[in-house]
Amino acid sequence: MELLGNLALGFSTAATLDNLLYCLIGVVLGTLVGVLPGIGPLATIAMLLPATYKMSDPTTALIMLAGIYYGAQYGGSTTAILVNLPGESSSVVTTLDGYQMARRGRAGPALATAALGSFFAGTIATFMLAAFAPPLAEVAFKFGPAEYFSLMVLGLIGAVVLAHGSVLKALAMVVFGLLLGMIGTDVNSGVARFSFDVPELSDGIEFVAVAMGMFGFAEIILNLEQREKREVYTSKVTNLFPKWEDIKAAFPAFVRGTAIGSLLGILPGGGAVLASFSAYAIEKKISKHPEEFGKGAIQGVAGPEAANNAGAQMSFIPMLTLGIPTNPVMALMVAAMMIHNIQPGPQVMTSNPKLFWGLIASMWIGNMLLVILNLPLIGLWVKLLSVPYKFLYPAILVFCCIGAYSINNNVFDVFMTIPFAILGYVFKKLDCEPAPMLLGFVLGKLMEEYLRRAMTISRGDPTVFVTRPLSGTLLALAAILLIIVFLPAIAKKRQEAFAGDD
Amino acid sequence: MRIRNHRDFWSGVLFIVTGLLFMALSRQYTMGTAAKMGPGYFPTVLGGIMAVLGVLILLPAFSRKSPEVRVTNVDLKSNFLVLLGVAVYAFTLPKLGFLIAAVLLIVIAAFAHHEFKFRQTVLLAIGLVIFSWLAFVKGLELQFPFLPPALTR
Repeated sequence: MELLGNLALGFSTAATLDNLLYCLIGVVLGTLVGVLPGIGPLATIAMLLPATYKMSDPTTALIMLAGIYYGAQYGGSTTAILVNLPGESSSVVTTLDGYQMARRGRAGPALATAALGSFFAGTIATFMLAAFAPPLAEVAFKFGPAEYFSLMVLGLIGAVVLAHGSVLKALAMVVFGLLLGMIGTDVNSGVARFSFDVPELSDGIEFVAVAMGMFGFAEIILNLEQREKREVYTSKVTNLFPKWEDIKAAFPAFVRGTAIGSLLGILPGGGAVLASFSAYAIEKKISKHPEEFGKGAIQGVAGPEAANNAGAQMSFIPMLTLGIPTNPVMALMVAAMMIHNIQPGPQVMTSNPKLFWGLIASMWIGNMLLVILNLPLIGLWVKLLSVPYKFLYPAILVFCCIGAYSINNNVFDVFMTIPFAILGYVFKKLDCEPAPMLLGFVLGKLMEEYLRRAMTISRGDPTVFVTRPLSGTLLALAAILLIIVFLPAIAKKRQEAFAGDD
Repeated sequence: MRIRNHRDFWSGVLFIVTGLLFMALSRQYTMGTAAKMGPGYFPTVLGGIMAVLGVLILLPAFSRKSPEVRVTNVDLKSNFLVLLGVAVYAFTLPKLGFLIAAVLLIVIAAFAHHEFKFRQTVLLAIGLVIFSWLAFVKGLELQFPFLPPALTR
């Protein structure tokens, strides 16, 4: 019953007044940015990262940042249902049936289904996290440099597979990211690489500046260019509570969605998006009335919403147990831990049990807060959506500039966002997905370090990566993933899965 | 030989050029051996991989089977104004303080919108500055000059 003891420790940590308050702040902020298209959890967490310096307890900081992340998944579905516009990429499929339900006057049940589905998935995922994290951390203690290197290869390949569009482009983007990660002082030789004698560059490029430029600013420019007009579904949202038949129809979809989300969420590369797509596909496939999908089938909302929330939560597993971020948001969480001098990795669970279990327990509390808060607050979110974009983006710009400056109290990081905004814009124009690049950028230096160590130990023999069983298995998995996406049949399916997702 | 997929063509070019550039720049660092890698080793290998991937992306862009894809219009005005706003902010913040830097950023960036109205923008700027002062200076106690440093000294 160690599990219960751990969870008890977690809940007693998460339920302190401070932690509850920051959990609340996190989920409300997360919902807010989730509701608003054009600003996501990544930019928000990046913006608030400097503010966590002030917090005395790293647990509180992580609880708030995590709240932003899963809160955004909630908010994203509200926008999807009411405006037919995904607030977040993981709620793309929710637009299909959610908006149709809203058009038929069933916006209330659609919103409630999304919220309850997310809560159900969140509850299960919290327990799964608690149950699976310790054994995984055990395995991680057996990892040597070769295993870590192979694990990162698998992580990056995972990001490639889950990226939209061309696999080759995603691969090239990963390598690009790794190369950008090389900029700065080389730990082994002390040489400042690619820094062109700029002192600020010898510490490497600030991740937050890259993320803000490529995701925040590039997105703003693209939105301005499209002159998007959004139509808010204005009619009043009435009778929130779903009927008994609705719940009966939605519940099995909740269960299936949670299962899919939990499985895909552990995969490196950010499983929430893929999880919601797969859940939708499965619901449609097993339904007795597939023709209702796209016309307001409640399962089409229930399955994907459960799946994306479970996926978002499970993506904490690799970060918490191995110390390896599997998506850009997790990379920021790692940065938040580093700020407080906690080296992420399998030892966190034993050296900072309060942080580890407190964070996990806070997710369940946060999910509950979301259900309690969001249903009554839907009216407010709808109002927010009617704030025109022309007032919104200058605000985002100002907040991002404050955030970029506050990382090191230096305007250099503000300047750095500019080239990355241009880069992000160019890549979007060329159909190159920026997410794999960001992950490569985060892992670049670590990967080189582990490669060097492994090769030094093996005296220059590269076969160690294959002959060590754990490392070999990880590489084999990566190879299988790559082969699968290049198979013609799968490649076609993959295109279909991402079709319409933009 | 005619370029059919412009997006693939240009991303291929971008990757090839960047890959080769990193390889060239890495030449100034020691390569070392596989067992004892120098600072130039990993970037050189990565640059090479990237250039090869670039070629693999570029070549099919000429294929007859490739769909006709063009690069959509680039809106230079919003690009320029938004980034100019950020640059002006970064330049003015240390010398003139947040108040002036933020107002400049907001006005310049807001001008990029096709429905720009001056009075609305001024109101927006006032609101945002007040909010930022409350949230970031008072609330989160972030350290940045709010008023022009010359005035406060």
